[in-house]
Amino acid sequence: MPDTLLFAMEATLNGLTAGVMYALVALGFVLIFKASGIFNFAQGVMALFAALTLVGFQSGQIPFSHLINAMFGTRLHHFGWNMPTLLAIPATVAVMILLAILVERFILKHLINQEPIILFMATIGLAYFLEGVGDIMWGAEVKALDVGLPKGMSDTVDELTFNWFGYGFFIDRLELWAAGIAAILVASLTIFSQYTKQGRALRAVADDHQAALSVGISLRFIWVLTWSIAGIVALVAGIMWGSKSGVQFSLSLIALKALPVLILGGFTSIPGAIVGGLIIGVGEKLFDFFMQPIVGGATENWFAYMLALVFLLFRPQGLFGEKIIERV
Amino acid sequence: MLYREAGDYKTSYVADSQTFPIKFDRYGYYFILGFAFLVMPLIINDYWANAIVVPFLIYTIAALGLNILIGYCGQLSLGTGGFMAVGAYASYKLMTGFPDFNIIFVIITAGLITAAVGVLFGLPSLRIKGFYLAVATLAAQFFLIWLFTRTGWFYNYSPTGMISAPTRTVLGYPVTGPRASAVSMYLICLCFLVACAWLARNLTRGTMGRQWMAIRDMDIAAEIIGVNPLMAKLSAFAVSSFFVGIAGALLFTVYLGAAEAGEAFGIDKSFLVLFMVIIGGLGSIFGAFAGAFFLIVGPVLLKLLLVDSLGWPTDLAAHLEIMIVGALILVFLILEPHGIAALWRTIKQKLRLWPFPY
Repeated sequence: MPDTLLFAMEATLNGLTAGVMYALVALGFVLIFKASGIFNFAQGVMALFAALTLVGFQSGQIPFSHLINAMFGTRLHHFGWNMPTLLAIPATVAVMILLAILVERFILKHLINQEPIILFMATIGLAYFLEGVGDIMWGAEVKALDVGLPKGMSDTVDELTFNWFGYGFFIDRLELWAAGIAAILVASLTIFSQYTKQGRALRAVADDHQAALSVGISLRFIWVLTWSIAGIVALVAGIMWGSKSGVQFSLSLIALKALPVLILGGFTSIPGAIVGGLIIGVGEKLFDFFMQPIVGGATENWFAYMLALVFLLFRPQGLFGEKIIERV
Repeated sequence: MLYREAGDYKTSYVADSQTFPIKFDRYGYYFILGFAFLVMPLIINDYWANAIVVPFLIYTIAALGLNILIGYCGQLSLGTGGFMAVGAYASYKLMTGFPDFNIIFVIITAGLITAAVGVLFGLPSLRIKGFYLAVATLAAQFFLIWLFTRTGWFYNYSPTGMISAPTRTVLGYPVTGPRASAVSMYLICLCFLVACAWLARNLTRGTMGRQWMAIRDMDIAAEIIGVNPLMAKLSAFAVSSFFVGIAGALLFTVYLGAAEAGEAFGIDKSFLVLFMVIIGGLGSIFGAFAGAFFLIVGPVLLKLLLVDSLGWPTDLAAHLEIMIVGALILVFLILEPHGIAALWRTIKQKLRLWPFPY
């Protein structure tokens, strides 16, 4: 087999695994958009915040120590113990649920019946607020996150492909794990929304707010529920991205990367988010692979958006989105 | 008592449709204009010019531009930083390519070039809207910045990848480059701002502005009553990008002097200008001024308070600033979705009735 083809295949595989990571973020967007019609720009920052909190719990940091030190001249920094990962993850989940309750109580409740664009801007405000809170609470330096997931090159894939093609593919083990975890996440979300009472209520709200209210579903509870689930999805995404490249500010920028994924998949479709993520991941890697000699590298910065832009011109509602019907 | 129309008789249609129908407003406006042109140049110093006044003037122009697009025409754009970069790089290429070309025309031409680029990226708005359009404009933001950092021609193949503004003069006074004084920097930005604000005000209350607002309120209905969506949307993109391009050109040539696309015109600039428009008030010229003032002066005051008087570390103050900006946006959206401009309108309404409210 010619080398270029092999390299292209490797790039495709890497793109697929990278796409899973994008899809993880996009999933959180879709959940909130379906249930409340809010385009949650803060999803990426929520992932950052969750990862920061997890690292903070693990290493026993004192929250707001920086601020307390500045205000009272103390020298606090750590509690002096390390929390085991199995305890730190539920604690972080609890924080994310608390966050969901606070968001519902202080923001969403007051913005009922506002235009979608106002809600969108409110989530941008929330993103900035959370970013500031996360930095003040846990400090802004780059932190390593280790929850015990394997890292480095996958030897199995390497050997297998070497036996097949005479060339070992480089695939990160972490990304294989991410793919597995994403699959479990999607499966459990599907089961939750299809077979549990709350899940059905969630779908009812997504379908029609007023009709759901009229049969006695509490909208506020459903919103807290959705934001909690989105928070947990954000935590998973935060763990994956954090283990891969450290917990730092750039983590929140993956939210921007999730936008074209959503556009491709459609805002309202969970399978769409996955397929969109894979298309963006593969497209980005292959485009960079083939275009690098011609236009230079770093096309990953904009390719996804351009792809989404071109795609939108032909299919404004995305691959799996509901058809947009407008009336005067 | 002073603030009312009673007794201020208008005898012509022109007088009746003026921007400031109330005498108090009109004199206030003349007073501010006179103060800005005659008194400020005498009292301004380097610190105030660099920290507050010049960035305020420049960002107000950008906010005016974005307000036309979002507030008047309803097309959400997150590509402001990219369009500012177009203005900056266009002015750089014009300044280095045609050294004899007057800087004022350079900046205006840079604005026109940005308008053309804006129309190009505005084309998708004919087919997509809302969040989808926001993502499409993100494509502009990232693609343009990538183009400027990757293509040597745009920065004249300088080894650092930076562009720096050579010295240019207006009436013999240097306004760009290291020899420019605070007063001349201030005055050129002020002239551009006044011209832009005048243009924006008159465009938005004319036929064009009404078409934009019709499109914003409901585009299908607007089309049915005879507004051409192609012309309305593209003209909004053109005018908006023209202003944003002028702001970018001024930011680079007059204020920064040297810039690198990714750093000076990143996505954070797009959000900064968007926040100015939201906090100031969508669909209001005064809102652009108020929002820019708020977001330029606020951080400076916060830094003065926290770092200089309380002695807190600067990074903590920076994080607190982000947090406060975010919280302010939330508070404004919840309490007053139409921004400072709406607060101002309420105050004016109250003032009219004072001291005898019904």
